[in-house]
Amino acid sequence: MRRYLTLFSTFLRLSVLGELEYRANFWVQILESILSLTVAVGGIIIVFDHTATLGDWSANQLLALVGVYIMIGGVITFAIDPSMQRFMQDVQKGTFDFVLTKPVDAQFMASTRQFQLWKLIDVVLGLAIIGWALWRMQAQITILQIVLAALLLGIGMVIVYSFWMILGTMAFWMIRVDNMFQIFNAMFVAGRWPVNIYPTGLRAVLTFVVPIAFAVTVPAEALIGRITPTTFALAFGVGIGLFVVARLFWRYGIRSYSGASA
Amino acid sequence: MSEWLAIYTAQTKRAFAVWLQYRAAAIIWMIGFIVQPLMYLVVWTTVAESSGGSVGGYTPSDFAAYYIVLMIVDQVTYTWVQHEFDYRVREGEFSRLLLLPIHPIHEDVADNISYKVLTLIVLVPAVILMMWFFNPTFNTTWQNAALFVPAVFISFWLRFFMGWVLGMLAFWTTRIAALIRMYSVIKLFFSGRLAPLTLLPPVLFAVARVLPFMWELAFPVELFLGRLSADEIWLGFGMQLLWTGIMFIAFRLMWRRAVRRYTAFGS
Repeated sequence: MRRYLTLFSTFLRLSVLGELEYRANFWVQILESILSLTVAVGGIIIVFDHTATLGDWSANQLLALVGVYIMIGGVITFAIDPSMQRFMQDVQKGTFDFVLTKPVDAQFMASTRQFQLWKLIDVVLGLAIIGWALWRMQAQITILQIVLAALLLGIGMVIVYSFWMILGTMAFWMIRVDNMFQIFNAMFVAGRWPVNIYPTGLRAVLTFVVPIAFAVTVPAEALIGRITPTTFALAFGVGIGLFVVARLFWRYGIRSYSGASA
Repeated sequence: MSEWLAIYTAQTKRAFAVWLQYRAAAIIWMIGFIVQPLMYLVVWTTVAESSGGSVGGYTPSDFAAYYIVLMIVDQVTYTWVQHEFDYRVREGEFSRLLLLPIHPIHEDVADNISYKVLTLIVLVPAVILMMWFFNPTFNTTWQNAALFVPAVFISFWLRFFMGWVLGMLAFWTTRIAALIRMYSVIKLFFSGRLAPLTLLPPVLFAVARVLPFMWELAFPVELFLGRLSADEIWLGFGMQLLWTGIMFIAFRLMWRRAVRRYTAFGS
């Protein structure tokens, strides 16, 4: 366990050093974050100009949801996406052999090798928006809600990670898996609004096919104190279940990897 | 004339063959194209239902009609050349394009048309599903439908020249991706994608009328839906032609300078 923590921080440090070479990207990312903030908050302002609640979410509650959305999006592009891209490239080129020869767990190494440092700005921005929304609603927020929300955010990240891992593992058989991540990214945009406003069929897709509901809506619901024990248990179950499935699928996939070089 | 027809037939055939290779990618891009209007349709339908059945003169069925037509117009007039310029300049792709005896924009037009034909496979079922699911109402007259065709046609060229003008900035800067992101956010607000423009606060609506974006998207959509008076229709066509003219002139001037500026290295 200690060893894995050391490895994790080493990989993180190497990525950070690599990205510090491109400092101008920091400003580009600041601009990008401001733009996504404009879209999200501007949308809320225009919508709530015409209504007091959107599917029983108030403007402040929706602001908290947007914070969660931007933060989770930041975590995906900071930690999950870069390693997965690298892993798929490795499988395509055959350089994944080098990962397999290392005396560490291959799934661990494939999922922690690359980080996009500047995307952390989105994580910070998301947290700031959550803070801002909480400050505006302070009367109605309890410590318990914050703890539950933090817990569910963690579960949400596990769910998204496992989902991406399952898609990524398909790279052992298929050549162009990155297209599937495109589908996820296209659908993830829909998570900016609470999934309960979508019609039933679409909501089912956003909950169980592409697990955006668990990643964004459920933690936000916990934050505003609207979560039921059933939803909590369901999120927990899906999180553990998906993680185990991802692990088993990876072990199965790695057996059919035969290398592309030599 | 027949020479141009031959050129375009050949270019379109070639581009279609290329797109067939990338059909999976083409279809996946379409998903992104459907998600956005669908999302805002759901949001505005929810708002209309919770405020007693209509908001700003739009009932849920009106919103459905608005976003379905918007999705179609957006798809037909969509251009992505601005995203390719960075690559073209950086990787020396222009060396090949400049050697051809015709202007590279024609290859882009052919490429665009082929993509649109291919993605009909996704667009048509998406439209049918949305029609069936959201029950849109149309108050379209024959005149509206007839005027809609030239409006979409002009919008296509407006967006095409604008895409080229924006893309050509890649000859002068390497940070074009950030510029394009900014451009698309501005477009989201002022083109009618985020909300029908009459729902925007009056200040934003006034800004929208000066910018080109509402004339390339919201105008054809509202024209088709029969939401515009005769005066507004003529104003719309006037603004469309004005902006297309401005973009065309900018395109000519920039292209002349860009070609002089362009240098390639290596093979």
